[in-house]
Amino acid sequence: MKFLPLIWGNLMRRKLRTSLTILSVLVAFVLFGFLCAIKQALVGGVELAGADRLIVRHKVSIIQLLPQTYQARMARIPGVAAVAHQTWFGGIYQDPKNFFMQCPVVPEDFMAMFPEFKLPPDEMKAWLATRTGCIVGRNTANRFHLKIGDKIPIRSPIWMNKTWEFDIVGIFDGEKKGTDTTALFFRYDYFDEVRQGMNWGAGLVGWYTIRVKDPARAAEVARLVDREFENSPAETKTEPEGAFAQGFANQIGNIGFIVAGILGAVFFTILLVTGSTMSQAVRERIGELGVLKAIGFTNGRVVALVLAESCLLTVLGGGLGLGLAMLLISGGDPTGGMLPLFFLPKSNVLFGVGLSVVLGLLTGIFPARRATSLRVADALRRM
Amino acid sequence: MNSLFNWFAQITSITKFGLMSIPQRRGSVAATIFGIAGVVAVLVGVLSIATGFRRAMTSSGAADAAIILRSGADSEMVSGFGRGETRLIADAPGVARNEQGPLASAELFVILNVPKRSTGTDANVPLRGVEGAAMSVRDKMQIVEGRMFAWGRNEVIVGAGASGQFAGLEVGGIVKVGRESWPVVGKFTAGGGLAESEIWTDAKVLQAAYNRGDSFQSVYVRLNSAGAFPAFKDALTANPQLNVKVQRQSDYYAGQSEMLSRLVTTLGYLIAALMAVGAVFGALNTMYSAVAARTREIATLRALGFGRGAVVIALMFESLVLALIGGAVGGLLAYAAFNNFQASTMNWQSFSQVAFSFAVTPQLLIKGIVWATLIGLLGGLLPALRAARLPIAAALREL
Repeated sequence: MKFLPLIWGNLMRRKLRTSLTILSVLVAFVLFGFLCAIKQALVGGVELAGADRLIVRHKVSIIQLLPQTYQARMARIPGVAAVAHQTWFGGIYQDPKNFFMQCPVVPEDFMAMFPEFKLPPDEMKAWLATRTGCIVGRNTANRFHLKIGDKIPIRSPIWMNKTWEFDIVGIFDGEKKGTDTTALFFRYDYFDEVRQGMNWGAGLVGWYTIRVKDPARAAEVARLVDREFENSPAETKTEPEGAFAQGFANQIGNIGFIVAGILGAVFFTILLVTGSTMSQAVRERIGELGVLKAIGFTNGRVVALVLAESCLLTVLGGGLGLGLAMLLISGGDPTGGMLPLFFLPKSNVLFGVGLSVVLGLLTGIFPARRATSLRVADALRRM
Repeated sequence: MNSLFNWFAQITSITKFGLMSIPQRRGSVAATIFGIAGVVAVLVGVLSIATGFRRAMTSSGAADAAIILRSGADSEMVSGFGRGETRLIADAPGVARNEQGPLASAELFVILNVPKRSTGTDANVPLRGVEGAAMSVRDKMQIVEGRMFAWGRNEVIVGAGASGQFAGLEVGGIVKVGRESWPVVGKFTAGGGLAESEIWTDAKVLQAAYNRGDSFQSVYVRLNSAGAFPAFKDALTANPQLNVKVQRQSDYYAGQSEMLSRLVTTLGYLIAALMAVGAVFGALNTMYSAVAARTREIATLRALGFGRGAVVIALMFESLVLALIGGAVGGLLAYAAFNNFQASTMNWQSFSQVAFSFAVTPQLLIKGIVWATLIGLLGGLLPALRAARLPIAAALREL
């Protein structure tokens, strides 16, 4: 600690160079933060999936519907604690660009299945009392300035190709920061009544979610469900919610790989820039390092001084960069609504801090070794 | 005239000194070059994703071909027609005909779960049911392996892109549709277009398998000429028996690819811009130290009568050379790593997979070089100005 003023003084001797280096490290970490947030937005569903939940969908493809009568048969399968269903509504609010998900659900089943959605009890009561009622996630409510009591018109090209109107009776929040609160849910009985009236698609639902009694036996329950509907006109494919989310993320592409590739290129670049700065700094000070060694500094201590300097440089840049990234990310999704969840998870921030230290050590290690291999007499001659 | 020549001679000799001293500063010079190469490689790499995707989506649409959807539908997935409507459309004025009848194919578009080869997880692969004219309402359709499926039989042909990305989609393979297994009897290309991501079968076979009765989702037609489109469109929209949306195929595909290519392009520029800021700092660092190392030399030249302008231009030139080398290295790296890289992603409009290959085009490489040039100029300007403003006497005293 007592050497801190010395290290700081060394950095401050070439203020311009130091600030340019810090700025380039800062930029790298802003990028790091951004890419982590984008990755989280695209694959975050995998981590948030409930371990005790299974998704049941039509075996041929997710666009094929399943009979609503399957619910009672699923509920009788041993190991199944609860069942709820959802259906893709695919509606458009004002403009296709304003995309958010809408699903008809059975309110009691649905809210019991997904405790991560928090709805005040009186709003739940209002929803149960209003056939045309719907609830909207906080994120979407804020985005379109929707409030309780509003009517929301939604045109669905899939369902009757008509505009449906719902009464907003509640706004739900997410339990965790990562919970997706962009969706709108409305009542299945109202949905089905309209379908019956038009004689099209009545009694069919999109997919089921099952809660199992014992997560350890989830795979077994999944097999039982699929066996129950084997050889029926609508066979099912059941898998844990996490696997379903992972499969979905894989459909977008290998996001982890792309993000890692870009960050690899960025950090390699920054490593070069910072590394060359540090070796210049050491080269300029060979004489001084010789003096330090002459007055009794051990090799270890000289190495520590150089490494401390490079780490200070990268940790300063990294910390400022991560801070700036968090600030920018909290301003919202840069694509204007295409990424519903846009935030930087804490674990990534910690990883970033660790990365800045590693970057400091890597950039300092070669100049530091050069400083130790120095012979005092040679170094002093270069004064 | 003489003074101009003299000025060029000055620039040349300073530049020569600068470039000759590079081996002494090879560490920081290499850092600059690779820094800029990194920026260009990432810029070109990310944009090649968007370019490749757009190419796959748009190269399929011919100007004299149209697609008809139900009005209000943004993609085939949510559109729907009965047999009567598709007949009316096929008989509309402007539709080209051959001996078999109008060049119109009423089609069914659904998705099928097929595992991705790379991950083994299910993907939404588009499965299209077509009619006899399907090959003639599209451009560049060609069976490259095996044969066309037999009409009325449970057989499929697969696009070359889908074949590469999804398991079991090779000639001789099997596609599982519910409890049935359909053999893959052929593989086709479509000039790199969207159809290459699809599996094709007879529309009637698909209607039966997906319980669709006698319904379709879209009609593809070939017109007599590109100029016949407005009249054709007017005839259909004016027909009270129809409620349709008529688009040129090229416009339809461009609209389908817009969202994803905009997302990738925005992110690509954002990332590259941030990296470029970092690289400018790197270049500034290198050039400042280049100037610092040559303070005395530059002062000596100035004392001998070399002009300020010559010093500035020579240093900028040096920085530019480094940047261009970096840009070229980065462009080549991106080309080697990304050109024709096979991938597939979700097209949100149709909720199905699109197989495409990254495309590093000459335009992208030029864009990369332009960025490298800007980085070089920005990184060289301030240090060059500092060198030119050095007080000669003080600088010489550093001897």
